Amino acid sequence: MPAVGVDTNDELLSLRGIVKAFPGVLANDHIDFALRKGQIHTLLGENGAGKTTLVNILYGLYTPDEGEIRINGRTAHIKQPSDALSFGIGMVHQHFMLIPIMSVTENIILGNETTKYGFINRQKAKDKIRSLAQQYHFDLDPDALVRDLPIGSQQRVEIIKALYREAEILILDEPTAVLTTQETGELFSILRSMKDEGKSIIFISHKLKEVLEISDVITVLRNGKVVGSVKPDDTDEQQLASMMVGREVILQVEKQKMIRGAAVLKVGNLRVNDQRGLCAVNGVSFEVHEGEIFGIAGVQGNGQTELIQALTGLTPFQTGKISINNNGVSGMNPREVTVLGTAHIPEDRQQYGLVLPYPVRDNLILCSYYAAPFSRHHVFDFPSITSEATRLLEEYDIKAPGIHTITDTLSGGNQQKTVVARELAREIKLLIASQPTRGLDVGSIEYIHKKIVEARDNRCAVLLVSTELDEIMSLADTVAVMYKGEIVKTIPVEEATKEKLGLLMAGIDA
Amino acid sequence: MNLLKKLDKEWYRKLLLPLLAIITALAIGAVIIAASGASVIDAYQGLIEGAFGKPRAIAETLVVTTPYILTGLAVAFGFKCGLFNIGVEGQLYAGAVSAAFVGYAVKGLPVFIHLPLAMLVGVLGGAVWGAIPGYLKAKTGGHEVINTIMMNHIMLRLTDYLVKNPMLDPTASIPRTAYIEKTAYLPKIIPAFRLHWGFFIALAAVFAVYFILYKTTVGFEIRTVGHNQSAARYAGMNVTKNFILAMAVSGGLAGLAGANEVLGLNYYLPASFISGYGFDAIAIALLAKSNPFAIIPSALLWASLRNGAGLMQIRAGISIDLVNIIQACVIMFIAAPAIIRWIYRIKAVKAEGGMILTKGWGKA
Repeated sequence: MPAVGVDTNDELLSLRGIVKAFPGVLANDHIDFALRKGQIHTLLGENGAGKTTLVNILYGLYTPDEGEIRINGRTAHIKQPSDALSFGIGMVHQHFMLIPIMSVTENIILGNETTKYGFINRQKAKDKIRSLAQQYHFDLDPDALVRDLPIGSQQRVEIIKALYREAEILILDEPTAVLTTQETGELFSILRSMKDEGKSIIFISHKLKEVLEISDVITVLRNGKVVGSVKPDDTDEQQLASMMVGREVILQVEKQKMIRGAAVLKVGNLRVNDQRGLCAVNGVSFEVHEGEIFGIAGVQGNGQTELIQALTGLTPFQTGKISINNNGVSGMNPREVTVLGTAHIPEDRQQYGLVLPYPVRDNLILCSYYAAPFSRHHVFDFPSITSEATRLLEEYDIKAPGIHTITDTLSGGNQQKTVVARELAREIKLLIASQPTRGLDVGSIEYIHKKIVEARDNRCAVLLVSTELDEIMSLADTVAVMYKGEIVKTIPVEEATKEKLGLLMAGIDA
Repeated sequence: MNLLKKLDKEWYRKLLLPLLAIITALAIGAVIIAASGASVIDAYQGLIEGAFGKPRAIAETLVVTTPYILTGLAVAFGFKCGLFNIGVEGQLYAGAVSAAFVGYAVKGLPVFIHLPLAMLVGVLGGAVWGAIPGYLKAKTGGHEVINTIMMNHIMLRLTDYLVKNPMLDPTASIPRTAYIEKTAYLPKIIPAFRLHWGFFIALAAVFAVYFILYKTTVGFEIRTVGHNQSAARYAGMNVTKNFILAMAVSGGLAGLAGANEVLGLNYYLPASFISGYGFDAIAIALLAKSNPFAIIPSALLWASLRNGAGLMQIRAGISIDLVNIIQACVIMFIAAPAIIRWIYRIKAVKAEGGMILTKGWGKA
């Protein structure tokens, strides 16, 4: 038995001087990284810091321009994902790579089928899946169809898929982004039991609390470089945030006490069907007042999307009442709702909020192009448009080379700032913000939170829909929790705790 | 200065792939000519002389360029709204029939009323024929590719029926309509040549389409719908209205091409009227990447290939089908730019903002 100590030999995996450049960006700039056996090593960093590039190199999706990958002390050439698998590296992607209409077993054995006389040996595969599930304390039915499983279970299918291929090193790219508080807890207990079995894990996240909870070591990346490695016991959220961003960050949103005014948005007993004609919003009632941020918490897919679409005129609703500033919204199209003084930051900025091939200028006038001063008698007034776009670019700190830059080339944070700038530039009485900071870096989140609070302080009524509990708890004045199309409970934020909201989000009103 | 440099670079980037596609296609053509034992130089010299060798050849090439510009614009306009209008041929026929009818049936009007009226009715005929599949797409989700193809079949047969029956000139030796009134003639530019004022109308249409697409809110809505229907709805635009409008404008441009052929070239509509312009137009719009101004050189190229082929055949003794092969190669390389990028080791630029062809295939 060798002595326990700091010996490079117990490094299962090490990366040395990894460089990867894309046109105009140095995504990885001489990165060193080491993973020990039985360790959970977190890669922490903002979007664009180079985390995903680094693990994609490790998984064989990119080849590094420079640098060396060593596995078990030997140089490894990983040119494609199958090479990574042969070195025992498995990956759970942020967007699951599953086929919804196939069963759990079929998804797991896909590409790695055990055959007998040319036929797939399902029974053997099922037995192996069952024993893996038992070993790591999973709860998973091998015969269930993937499309019937909740997101948390789909993720477990991905994890088992990697274990089935005998992965020793598991890469998890932002695994908690889609989970509830409780599901995250379950995932963490699975990760811990994997660690006990001697598996090693590379965990990617930007959620500081979670990172501190699960990691053995945290390596922080910024602008493609390693800023430093720390142990969770020696650090705190504030320090990690500063390391990520490179300056002091205000984690807590500062806001004054709410001065509640008249009701701007009134929703009464609203029922909305989804695209398939199934009831998605089932008898929801609430009011949002001037100077109030009304937060709707809930796991994705509990009717929030349909609720927002009905409020903004994008989809018709079945029964109930919606009024904005005492104007009934029934039968109105999105333009008419906008004209009432509504601003809408949509949950999917790339699909709804922006036309990506357009220059930033055109996206900044996307909702007001039809009226003066931007156009007269259907003909554009380009000087007015240019001056407004230039003003917004500067005022909202959108980092783009100019107003003619194609929106698609901007970072997620700057794309979202473009949406926010456009929506807040109008005279508004109601702001509907859905997942306003999803997938954004800490700096942009800080900025957009500030703007939302500013709107509220300017006597705007704000409806905030978010799946991020931290966001709801730090911004909202009133919190409602949505579960299966209904609002389970509405409480002032002072009475809300993370645990309480987490239970409500699972439909349990304790 | 700096701006000029930047502009230069952008132009170069946009022109590079289409130019390489044409050159590569001509090179493949050369290989085929050589393999068949003919002289490459004789063939290509014949092709160029046939298209541009004499004033008459140039005029004839421009005669063909005229409908190519208009039909190319028609297809490009559809692309801008995310619609693949394969019905340009049928819409051209609709324009030709309508214009011919007003041309011969309405009598006693002065030129400055009769000619514009005949053209306008031609445009309307094409617009209606385009708007029908647009309406079907907007209201029922029926895909425009299938519906415009079907509308082509209907219009081709309908034209044949109309010309041979109610519109037939019984005194003529071939089945055709009566000659249009002199007051509906589109005048010739130079008396000795067939080239008529329709050419300038086509050029004016290029500017008009550019203006509509890029300088007006109407075009902004059409382009927004073409890029992203969800964002268009979010921004308060009426997606279905824009589908119908875009198809109507597209059909109108095709109808204008049809009207031009009758009023400027034939002065009657024969039952054996065969154009083929509407199908070549798809290729022209693809080569021009739906850019209105790029339609002009693209249409000119197609017209010169079509007109030069005859002399090429005589000089080098090879089939005019070779021209079809060259055209097919150009389109293949444009549709699959990866081939050209691979041959010439050109890296793809993400910001290029790929062209939209059609959206929502197979969706309800």
